[in-house]
Amino acid sequence: MSSKNIAKEIRREIVKMTAAAKSGHPGGSLSLAEIMEVLYFEEMKIDPAQPDWPERDRFVLSKGHATPVLYSTLALRGFFPKEELKNFRQIDSILQGHPDMKGIPGVDFSTGSLGQGLSGAVGMALAARLDKNNSRVYAVIGDGECQEGQIWEAAMAAAHYKLANLTVILDYNNLQICGKVDEVMDIGPIAEKWQAFGWRVIETDGHDLDTIRQAIKMAQAEESCPTIIIAHTIKGKGVSFMENDPDWHGRAPNQEQLALALAELEKGE
Amino acid sequence: MSKMIATRNAYKDALVALGEKNENVVVLDADLAKSTMTYDFSQSFPQRFFSIGIAEANMTGIAAGLAAAGKIPFASTFAIFATGRAYEQIRNSIAYPNLNVKIAATHAGITVGEDGASHQSVEDIGLMRGIPNMSVICPADGPETVAAVMAAAEHQGPVYLRMGRAAVPVITEEEQKLEWGKAKLLRQGQDVSILTTGMMTALALQAAEILAAEGIEAEVLHLPFIKPLDEEAVLATAAKTKRVVTAEEHSIINGLGSAVAEVLSEKLPTPLRRVGIKDTFGESGKPADLLIKYGLTPEEIVKKAKELI
Repeated sequence: MSSKNIAKEIRREIVKMTAAAKSGHPGGSLSLAEIMEVLYFEEMKIDPAQPDWPERDRFVLSKGHATPVLYSTLALRGFFPKEELKNFRQIDSILQGHPDMKGIPGVDFSTGSLGQGLSGAVGMALAARLDKNNSRVYAVIGDGECQEGQIWEAAMAAAHYKLANLTVILDYNNLQICGKVDEVMDIGPIAEKWQAFGWRVIETDGHDLDTIRQAIKMAQAEESCPTIIIAHTIKGKGVSFMENDPDWHGRAPNQEQLALALAELEKGE
Repeated sequence: MSKMIATRNAYKDALVALGEKNENVVVLDADLAKSTMTYDFSQSFPQRFFSIGIAEANMTGIAAGLAAAGKIPFASTFAIFATGRAYEQIRNSIAYPNLNVKIAATHAGITVGEDGASHQSVEDIGLMRGIPNMSVICPADGPETVAAVMAAAEHQGPVYLRMGRAAVPVITEEEQKLEWGKAKLLRQGQDVSILTTGMMTALALQAAEILAAEGIEAEVLHLPFIKPLDEEAVLATAAKTKRVVTAEEHSIINGLGSAVAEVLSEKLPTPLRRVGIKDTFGESGKPADLLIKYGLTPEEIVKKAKELI
């Protein structure tokens, strides 16, 4: 798979699996396709043949509802067969609505209740330091999720313990279920807040592979504190009728909409 | 008078001993290390002690992450905050993925005393035993607490360990190993069974003495494990005496009394009385005075036993 096609392939699987499940969260999954491509196909030290390898880099999807992008990425990376994706959210399937670390190869932490995943990532980063292994922890959080108090408890702890091995990517698409984030509950000024909590802050275009790559490399080189990459993204990216529409936060496309989405993704870059 | 020791004090020494034995053991505390007694561990193993500050939800999540990476975290704070403030973090981040975290809470029940109702956890057993994958241990005294810490560390999966602030008499063996999920028959009798847990077990033994003086032979079954509950032992004693009194420093709703009632009503309906906090909050006061005011006494156990005879 050439690099350009990976994010596109992830997006195809996102719309297909949510359509098949007739439920799920396509909007905040489509916004993460390039970020997941860079993490899972370039930067993370992982081995799909040994998902429990103790010295692997770990990933926490703190915005756990974006399982379509996580499961698509894991399947395309070879953690489990792509055919499994059609069972997403179905009874007796391993692919639970929200990430289940016990049942799904490659899922490092169970999430779904917003605000909790980042604390888990802090714990993993502390464990890596204790074990003196140089593995890194990556966590993706949502912008609406920054309304949860626990995010800031975890942010304080990560800076207190100078967890330079922890990188957070904020999927900043400025939409949540009930509308624009700044209208539901303004989280701004977000970069200044994280800075004030003691984090290195890098802002990037969340759909440009090169700048995502650069941001992650900068985070990896940072030795004194944790890094947050504020990734400016478009909710629903790649499917015109889903873009920037909060209604597509937790709604699945029907067959007609799926065909339209797939055709658009085919035509797009 | 037997030796008095607070279960949290026993926790202090057990934790250091465990830390020496097992380097995967790590400890987290939420600014209460000198009260929960994790302070000694923090001095013995500074690299493996994490001060999280006054942030119980975060402490619970960090403990989950440490466990996901192979550590055996003991997360300590007062029972009210450990189970109440961080309930959903325990449920979703620890219990659902069956992570190997030990929620080791001190200051449970009304014997917290002077701090009053805001700090007196009387619902925590109920909160914890309702969560799938969770085990709940409520030791009676110091030596049993040490054994419970070791058993919790050996057990693979989440454990809620409930300890108290106040000194309680030593009633179990100094050197012991806790058999997972097993009750302890502390006294044999054929007239009534007293099923008890935690610090109430010492009071149940006193109640049995009072009853014996009146010619009533009470059996005392101590249940350090609320979950998994030793159903076999519960059913055996109920079958033998046909009368059951439960006693716990916890609400009569959702605690030991409820767990025993669930088993008996399905498998061996038996007349039952529950001694515990009667669906009310506590208040400030000396622990001994509070126990009397809220009916957590040998006399109350005796009264309930006699109601059944």
